[in-house]
Order: sequence, then C-alpha cells, then structure tokens
Amino acid sequence: MKDSLKQHFPIYTSSPDLAYFDTGASALKPQVVVDKIREYYSDYGVNIHRGLYEASDRATTEHDTARNIIAQFIHAEPEEIVFTYGTTHGLNMLATSLGQDLKKGDNIVLTAWEHHANLIPWQQIAKKTGAELRFVDIDTDYQIDIKDAKKKIDSNTKIVSFGHVSNTLGSLAPANELIGLAKHVHAITIIDAAQSIVHLKTDVKKLDVDFLVFSGHKLYGPTGIGVLYGKKEKLEQLSPVSFGGDMILDVSYNSAEWHDVPYRFEPGTPNIAGAIGLGAAVAFVQSIGLDEIIAREDKLTNYLINQLSSLLNVQIIGSSDPPKHHGVVSINIAGIHTHDIAEILNRHNVAIRVGSHCAMPLMKKLGLPGGTARFSIGMYTDEKDVDTAMTALKQAIDLFTQIM
Amino acid sequence: MDDILYKDMILDLYKHPLNRKNLESFTTEKKSHNPTCGDLVTMQVLFDDDGKVKDIGHQGEGCAISQAALSLITDKVKGLTKEEIVAISEEDMLSMLGIPISHARMKCALLGWNTLKSMMNEL
Repeated sequence: MKDSLKQHFPIYTSSPDLAYFDTGASALKPQVVVDKIREYYSDYGVNIHRGLYEASDRATTEHDTARNIIAQFIHAEPEEIVFTYGTTHGLNMLATSLGQDLKKGDNIVLTAWEHHANLIPWQQIAKKTGAELRFVDIDTDYQIDIKDAKKKIDSNTKIVSFGHVSNTLGSLAPANELIGLAKHVHAITIIDAAQSIVHLKTDVKKLDVDFLVFSGHKLYGPTGIGVLYGKKEKLEQLSPVSFGGDMILDVSYNSAEWHDVPYRFEPGTPNIAGAIGLGAAVAFVQSIGLDEIIAREDKLTNYLINQLSSLLNVQIIGSSDPPKHHGVVSINIAGIHTHDIAEILNRHNVAIRVGSHCAMPLMKKLGLPGGTARFSIGMYTDEKDVDTAMTALKQAIDLFTQIM
Repeated sequence: MDDILYKDMILDLYKHPLNRKNLESFTTEKKSHNPTCGDLVTMQVLFDDDGKVKDIGHQGEGCAISQAALSLITDKVKGLTKEEIVAISEEDMLSMLGIPISHARMKCALLGWNTLKSMMNEL
C-alpha cells in the first residue's frame, strides 16, 4: 500500500507478514523512538539534574523537552506532567494518596468496564477505609448508562474514576457528563486514558478533569514509562506516596520538605530513556497528525466490523455501530473457545489478544467466562491485515464446525 | 481437514466430552483456574472401599485443548489408586493428547492433570 504507515515501524522489516491486532495491549514502536532511546544510551546515558557536565546537562534538557512535548500534546502545563512507570502506577499513586482522606460513608464511583488497574487499587482503599465502591452500569449498546451514573454519584461521592475508552468494548465514556456530575458534588475526577490517548484527541483543559493517567507503550512509546497529569492546584494538594532522592527541597535527619510539583512525585532516578523515548513517540504522532490517524482508524474499524459481521457465528461484543468503537473490536464465536481462535490466527501471523483483558468483572457480567477475542488497531493497521485475519477466522470456524 | 493440533480426536472430545458431569457424592473436589485463557475447572473424584477411583467428573469452561485433556485424564484414572494417579507423569499426559503443545498452551494441556495431582496430594 502506497500510503502505508508500516514503513515507520521496523518490526515490519523483520516480520513483513505480521498482521498486528494487539495495539490495545501495546503499540508497535516506530524507528524514531528506537533511535532516540539508542541515542540516549550510546551518546549521553547518564543521570539527570545537577550533573554539572555536558552529558548530564544534555540528558536533563532532553528529559525536560519530553515533558514539554507531552504537556503540549494534552494541553497541559509541563509542571502538571508527572512521569510514572505506567497507567497502573499512576492509578495506584492516586488511590493510595487520595485514599488517606476517605472514611466510612464516603463512596468511590467507577464503571462496570474498568480495567483491573482502575479497580483493584480502589478495592484496597475501600477495604482499608470502609468507603463504598459503586459501579456505573452499561446499557444494552455497551455504552455508559448516564441515568445510572446520576443515581450512583451522590453527595457522599468523593472520587469518580473511569476508563475513557473500554479496553474490551471500545466504547467511549461520556467524560464531560460524568465529570459534570462529579463536580456538582465536589468529587475528585480521574480519567484512565490508557486506551483513549492513542485514538482520540485529549484536551485536559476542555475535559476539566483533575487527574488523567496513561502509559507510554500504548502510545508508540517505550514500556516502563507513563504519565500522571494533575491540575497544578490538585497536584499541590496531593501527598507523595513514594519517597527518596530528588523529590526533596531540604532534608534533616528527622524531617524533609518536599520539592515543587511535579518533582515531589518522582523520587529516585526515573526512567530517563523511557521519558525521552515517549517524547519522541508523541512528536512522531504529531508529525503524522492525530486527525490523519483518527481518520484512518475510523475507516479501518468500519471495514473490520463489516467483515467480522459477515462471518457466521461471530458476535460483536460491543456496539453494532462502528463509530462507537475506538480502536477496539471484541468478538465471541459460538462453539470456539477464544484461546483456540488465537491459536489458529497465530498460524497466519495474525496477533490478537484473547481472554478477560484484565476486566474479569465485566466478562462475568456479560456471561463470557472465556472472555473475548479482541482486535485492537493502530495507525499501521490496514485492510490487508483485516483480510488476512478474516481468512484465518474462516479457517477456525470451518475447523470447529466440521465435527458436530 | 487434517490439522496437526486440532485433530479429529481433540475436536470430538471438545464437542462430546467424557465424564463431564457433576457427582452427587464424591470423596474429594477441587476448583482450578487458568487465568491466561479463563479456563475454570471443577473436578470431583469418588473412591471405592478398595481405594480405587469409582467415578470421576469435571465441569467448567475451557479451550479445546484443556477440555480434551480433561476427558482423557478422567477416563485414564478410573479404577486407579491415589498412588497410581500421582505416578502419571507430565509426559504421560502429553502423550495421551498426542499433539505438539506449544509453551503458551502447556497450561491448557496440563490443567486437568495438575488439578488432579494436587487433589491427590491433598488427600
């Protein structure tokens, strides 16, 4: 394909026949990101901050530049960007810190589609404090039921935290409405943007959300790096939960004073290469253009859903309306366990993810103990990949329907 | 179609599993879970007065490989003693299946065997 974006991704040089449908778990890495990380390790791979020599100064500058690029990408200020190790780390930080102020009678509102990363940290806090967990239900079209949200969010709600896009269903949460309901009762708002950051434009000012977290590796960046965005005044109210070097202003044997935000949340030597690599990934996404990426992905999602729907026995676990899917299409095939689907697809170099997608409560709710077979796409996914997947799926269906 | 992994025997056992049932009375019962693919199995064993397996049942959800393996192992142990069951090796289990099992599918292939073995060790 002439205008393919595959050319930017070196994995297609070593595996030209790969049909990759697991971007939702981790996006492939473009050459510019690989080069940027290699450059750090080979040319100036030293520690940041206070190194009064050239290599350290360069590392610090590159690290700061990455923070600036990411801030601009989500319409935030650089001091509102905390580097973490990923979405899970960011959500654990928030739950641990905000949980200190919770008590019995308070409630935390999540949704029925949360990834375990935005569920288990809150379960732990609820157990410790006696706060109640509530889950906004989904409707028959696999979308957030806003009427239910109005019932669940009340004057005792202290925190509303939700996955912006479901990693299983591909549905988009009505963020503005949920945040509006939360603000009405003065609850803290958190968006888990792990899935949405790569498929949608993220504007934290327009969302007016207090905190938003995402991972670098789902955004064409390296693993082990993520971002916790917080409104400056909210970050300043947040107590650090990890302690050590670099996060302090002044220390005596018995006490310490915290550094400014965001540094007070970044103790120890951070993932310097990861942050610089993520900066390069975001710059790369911007060079292609998020509008262009979204247009491609929308077209491809439409094609994928149409093709999948044409197969007998295939049930889409998600909206039947293609525009309501954001990078993710889950299916179930009657009579074939998801693991067997993945096995047969792999023989055709088609990489999908099957199982519960770290959303076990949702799978139980939907009555799918074997989970779903999930196709998740990226900027590089094309119609040929879909066609390869369809051939493989047809083979799986034939194989499993021959003996009845 | 002749498939190296999904042989007719495997697919047949998947569609028509052996010993897939709930025992009304049993000596021991165990639930086991393979989180990789969501396989969930409950096995029940009833021993007779001579300490031999009189009946065995399994229920749950799983892929073709795990379900076929469960059918095979449950049929194999009928009439065996606890010691004879424990003596069944991983290789024995894999050779009963008679298909090449990749690293990723090993947990599926051995789910029933593992569950049964730990049940016996807990007796």
